[in-house]
Amino acid sequence: MRVLVAMSGGVDSSVAAALLLDEGHDVVGVTLKLWGGESDSGCCSVSDVDDARRVADRLGVEHHVFNFEIDFSARVVEPYVADHLAGRTPNPCIECNRHLKFDRLLERARVLGFDAVATGHHARVVRRADGTRRVARGADRAKDQSYVLHMLDQAALARCRFPIGDRTKDAVRDEAQRRGLRTAAKPDSQDLCFIRSTEGRRRFVERRAALTPGRLVDLDGHVVGGVPAVELVTVGQRRGLGAGGDGTRRFAIAVDVPQATVLVGAEADMTVPVQPLEGVTWAAGRPPSGPVQVQCSAHGAPRPGWVEVDAPAPAGAARALVRWRQPERRVAPGQAVVVYEGDEVAGGGVASAAPPPPAPSGASPA
Amino acid sequence: MALTYLDHAASTPMRPEATEAMLPWLTGPEGHGNPSGSHALARRARRAVDDARDQVAEAVGCRPGEVVFTSGGTEADNLAVAGTVARRPGVAVCSAIEHHAVLHPVERAGGRVVRVDARGIVDLDALAGALDPSVTIVSVMAANNETGVVQPVAAVADAVRSRAPQAVVHTDAVQAAAWLDLAQHAAPAHLVSLSAHKLGGPKGVGALIVRDSSPVAPAPLLLGGGQERDRRSGTSNVAGIVGFGAALAAGTAARAGTASRVGVLRDRLVDGLLAAVPGAIEAGVTDVAPDRAHKVAGACHVCFPGVDAEELLFLLDQDGVCASAASSCASGAAEPSHVLAAMGVPREVAAGSLRLSLGWCSTGADVDRALEVVPAAVARLRPVPAGGS
Repeated sequence: MRVLVAMSGGVDSSVAAALLLDEGHDVVGVTLKLWGGESDSGCCSVSDVDDARRVADRLGVEHHVFNFEIDFSARVVEPYVADHLAGRTPNPCIECNRHLKFDRLLERARVLGFDAVATGHHARVVRRADGTRRVARGADRAKDQSYVLHMLDQAALARCRFPIGDRTKDAVRDEAQRRGLRTAAKPDSQDLCFIRSTEGRRRFVERRAALTPGRLVDLDGHVVGGVPAVELVTVGQRRGLGAGGDGTRRFAIAVDVPQATVLVGAEADMTVPVQPLEGVTWAAGRPPSGPVQVQCSAHGAPRPGWVEVDAPAPAGAARALVRWRQPERRVAPGQAVVVYEGDEVAGGGVASAAPPPPAPSGASPA
Repeated sequence: MALTYLDHAASTPMRPEATEAMLPWLTGPEGHGNPSGSHALARRARRAVDDARDQVAEAVGCRPGEVVFTSGGTEADNLAVAGTVARRPGVAVCSAIEHHAVLHPVERAGGRVVRVDARGIVDLDALAGALDPSVTIVSVMAANNETGVVQPVAAVADAVRSRAPQAVVHTDAVQAAAWLDLAQHAAPAHLVSLSAHKLGGPKGVGALIVRDSSPVAPAPLLLGGGQERDRRSGTSNVAGIVGFGAALAAGTAARAGTASRVGVLRDRLVDGLLAAVPGAIEAGVTDVAPDRAHKVAGACHVCFPGVDAEELLFLLDQDGVCASAASSCASGAAEPSHVLAAMGVPREVAAGSLRLSLGWCSTGADVDRALEVVPAAVARLRPVPAGGS
């Protein structure tokens, strides 16, 4: 099989390429050039391209660079800024996977005559009895990346390979060491590849849009404080919001950018019985009917619940509700919510705002 | 698989004369002298460098003392722009289609960038508008590296003489040197940049011609031992300089014949591509310039709307055809072309640009192979029209 391996310059994709070679595949390596601006971490700096190229040289495979900067800017960076401006908390790594690493790269691989695309994600693809495929958790639970791959549909899964998904990170590093790959001891990438650590999220957004000072409003409608930039407040955030009258920490319950307000409440106000989702996709084409485990952050603990769908929604606008077995924390709108059946990803979507808690009786909201 | 090399504008094979001339200075028992010294081996190396200096001067039509050897075209361009501005602070002006080795130093100096027309030729009215006595240096290339379009260096120099008489005229002749008579074409420029590996010499060596007539001599960028008459310090790259001189001498002697022979091949290539691929557009060829007389003989630049150049290059590479899109960049990724953008080529057309550049050793078989592979690759990449015919 002719396989295009996305080589980020990290140890995981280095070993992925090596394992595919061992299996006898015709392997070509590619590094995606995604971000033209300044960067000091992540997957697309020049030194990472160098590492990927030198690993490919060592393995004796061709290495290419694909420039996806324009798409990355349009599909990941601009929506990231726009989401903040709408008071949401975006997850750009998921949008990058969705639009760049899979949609765009899979299509290019097809055009160029490749049978499959492989990456170094810690996840597996499993085949079910009915012939359909599912993303499943990687063998290394601490490094599992199935959460960021939940959007892959049957057509994508048929053409994706995750060669290191059945190994632990330590085993991957040992393998790289054994083969003398220069990336063996390279630290894992952290943070967003397009935001420098010296700059941070706030400066990045601020350079692209005006930020609005906002008011903190409690459930009684009283203004209880302020924040310098309402766009950068995340639902669930406590830092910078002060304490309530009874001395307990305040939580951001909802962010309203047009009104420049952040609704704050106590921890009890943070929990909801249901979490609404939008943009949902299901591996089987429909949501699971039985009990599921639902994960709301990259390495968060899965929580039990059920998926409910009011009516079949048109593709793209697909909505669903997660009904928790017992009330759970609100998920910040914009964050991915991924539904598992056992180790397998059944699908997922993006959190939308859960309804605010009812105002205490007698109070008139601002 | 035999490779078909059609990327001579990026780098062209060494001429045998150059390789042969270099060998004694790489492997010879007495080729290691430092030309800055005084002993026998140093003097021998010094003489080799000065012989090469004579060869370059002869080809360019300047005095040997006006040749400053550099590490290549980029250093020559930087020395011209940044060195001149450092010597005499003022405004730097260049065309919008300059190589980044000129464009970036001009931008860093806060200079002015002048537009080009649809043919890719610098707009002389716009240039005149950008000139005033505050201008220190004006840089317009002799021929463009992407399109091969030849620039009116003499008219640029005339404009500078009348509107900014104290300004230095620089021309980046890196792409022109293999095709044009520099003694004539670059004569109006005070400063001329050259690169050896674009004309059959080795990589890592070039020159900036600094004519005595220049109103200002660029201040050196590299300080140290005072080589090249204090204009560029650093131990001379003896073998490289010798190869540069030999390549330029051999290329100059053969130039007229090479240009006419390659021009015929190039025309067959472009015409063949335009005939084989519906919708293909030749960059820089417009209603007012319907032929290729304004391009150097090796330049074939065609856009295939609806095709992604990166994908096209990948398929050509798989078939052993070496080509490029816009000028190559360090990371290996294709970059959007600032040259096509300046010519007003729409982005969706420029996205499908292919530069097939021929050189002194190109053959009819190269053209045949390209005409076999390129149209097939384009057909594969073009989306099938919805609903069939």
